[in-house]
Amino acid sequence: MADGKKIATRQGYGEALRELGSLHEDIIVFDADLAGSTQTGMFRSQFPDRHFNCGIAEGNMMAAAAGAAAMGMVAFASSFAMFAAGRAYEQVRNSIGYTRLNVKIGASHGGISVGEDGASHQCLEDFALMRSIPGMVVMSPADAVEAKAMVKAAYEHEGPVYMRFGRSPVPVFHDENSFTFTIGKGEVMRDGTDVAVIANGLLVAEAVEAGKLLAERGISARIINMATIKPLDEEIVLKAARECGRIITCEEHSVVGGLGEAVCALLSEKRPTPVRRIGTNDVFGHSGPAAGLLKEFGLCADNIAKVAEEFVKA
Amino acid sequence: MTATEKKALMVNACKVRMGIIESTHAAKAGHPGGSLSSAELFTYLYFKELNVDPKDPRKRDRDRFVLSKGHCAPGLYAALALRGFFPWEDLKTLRHIDSYLQGHPDMKSIPGVDMSTGSLGQGVSAACGMALAAKRQANPCRVYTLLGDGEIQEGQVWEAMMFAHHYKLDNLCVVIDNNGLQIDGPVDQVMSPYPIPDKLRAFGLETVEIDGHDFEALEGAFDRARTVKGRPFAIVMRTTKGKGVSYMENQVGWHGKAPNDEQCGIALEELNAELARLEAM
Repeated sequence: MADGKKIATRQGYGEALRELGSLHEDIIVFDADLAGSTQTGMFRSQFPDRHFNCGIAEGNMMAAAAGAAAMGMVAFASSFAMFAAGRAYEQVRNSIGYTRLNVKIGASHGGISVGEDGASHQCLEDFALMRSIPGMVVMSPADAVEAKAMVKAAYEHEGPVYMRFGRSPVPVFHDENSFTFTIGKGEVMRDGTDVAVIANGLLVAEAVEAGKLLAERGISARIINMATIKPLDEEIVLKAARECGRIITCEEHSVVGGLGEAVCALLSEKRPTPVRRIGTNDVFGHSGPAAGLLKEFGLCADNIAKVAEEFVKA
Repeated sequence: MTATEKKALMVNACKVRMGIIESTHAAKAGHPGGSLSSAELFTYLYFKELNVDPKDPRKRDRDRFVLSKGHCAPGLYAALALRGFFPWEDLKTLRHIDSYLQGHPDMKSIPGVDMSTGSLGQGVSAACGMALAAKRQANPCRVYTLLGDGEIQEGQVWEAMMFAHHYKLDNLCVVIDNNGLQIDGPVDQVMSPYPIPDKLRAFGLETVEIDGHDFEALEGAFDRARTVKGRPFAIVMRTTKGKGVSYMENQVGWHGKAPNDEQCGIALEELNAELARLEAM
């Protein structure tokens, strides 16, 4: 982006936890041998007596976090998205979701941009898994500033929250001094009338770039940052459908069960509108550098612009 | 323990057994076998060990109990009702569509239930989190959890044991009901968890083995648990599945099946006779 500054959203998570820790005595943080990667290590270095490593045992970590929350603490539990949402799904569902306990899951290394570790670690199903749990708030920030604000909003929210952060540095385009974040509210990044692109995570920056490319081709694209997948900002989606008539969703996630399906479900019931979904197409990823993988799987500005152009001209 | 106290506990355990039979009979479903094997344990906890107040079920410094083997809810509910957390008559609504008495413990709807459980292996982890948080909060409460001997086949149980020892949770007391049977048959035929005490000791828990139907043994174990510092405590109870109802004892088929009208009548007759015997003592 303009100033070229790039920071991983997981870093925003770590910084927010550290700031919250000094304000709120009731925060307790759990990690599963990935504190250096998830960035809860930042909290640990300042509040070692409130950070608990659970070892490589995510199921126990999630249910233990629930137990701590049952005692009135606000528990943050972190691992990679693959293990937080995937391996520990049933603990999250039964001990955190069903109980509506105050546990905030900070899942890092979501999506294909995990890169070189390959398919076993590239979680492309976490939105689907977490969306399916009643009452679970599911979010994924576009940049480190939004990540930080999101974590603070999650602390204030009463009940379970799932947040997905990325491994790779991504452009920072929100201004930390003026940015405010509200759970369940989308953000129009660029106005337009021919097509609306609804994106989250690192694809927001790509969608904004696509918007510029499309403008050069005479197409007016509205770009929306949908950091909260659940509860979905229905108003902003329906308004986009009404005013643009075409919707494209973009997510670093399978097209099965994520933002795209959430948008389609809403539109099919309340305002049938043509939709194109950009995501991984029901396939596993593989090893490689993040940038190369994002390009290969069409999770980039060029492909968004291509899909949008074909869609508008169809 | 005085003779009077012991008699009162035995009377209450017998009433808890009646509650288990009446509730599962009314539900036409549920798990009487493992509820009956833990009847003395539930009774001891709610009438002797736990610092709880039915009038203030959410008081901050109350001792916590997590029924990790959540399917034995009929036993827990009977003890809670007998202790005054909710009306005894409500036990007959167990599992009914309009009842708050869910098939497995639900902390949101049932007074006295500290954690929702049912999916095996998770309750013990939640109990660990509670014990850890209690230490952090300087809350003097103790945390108790009950597991089944089949339940400890879940790998998560051992993750929790590692955690409990690692964080020196000496405010945690883990109880294992070794009644020897699980749904598919004897535990050592399905997937042997033995030797249970050796495994617990290897994981760093101070461990005792007792007769789980003997109140004096329960008292000795729980009193000792409170004196141990720096490590969690485990009680392995040898019990009889279906204890107290002749045709259910040691019968694997009574793990998760409710008595019909006739069977319920026979069970209550036996338990009433036992109650009369105890009261005449």
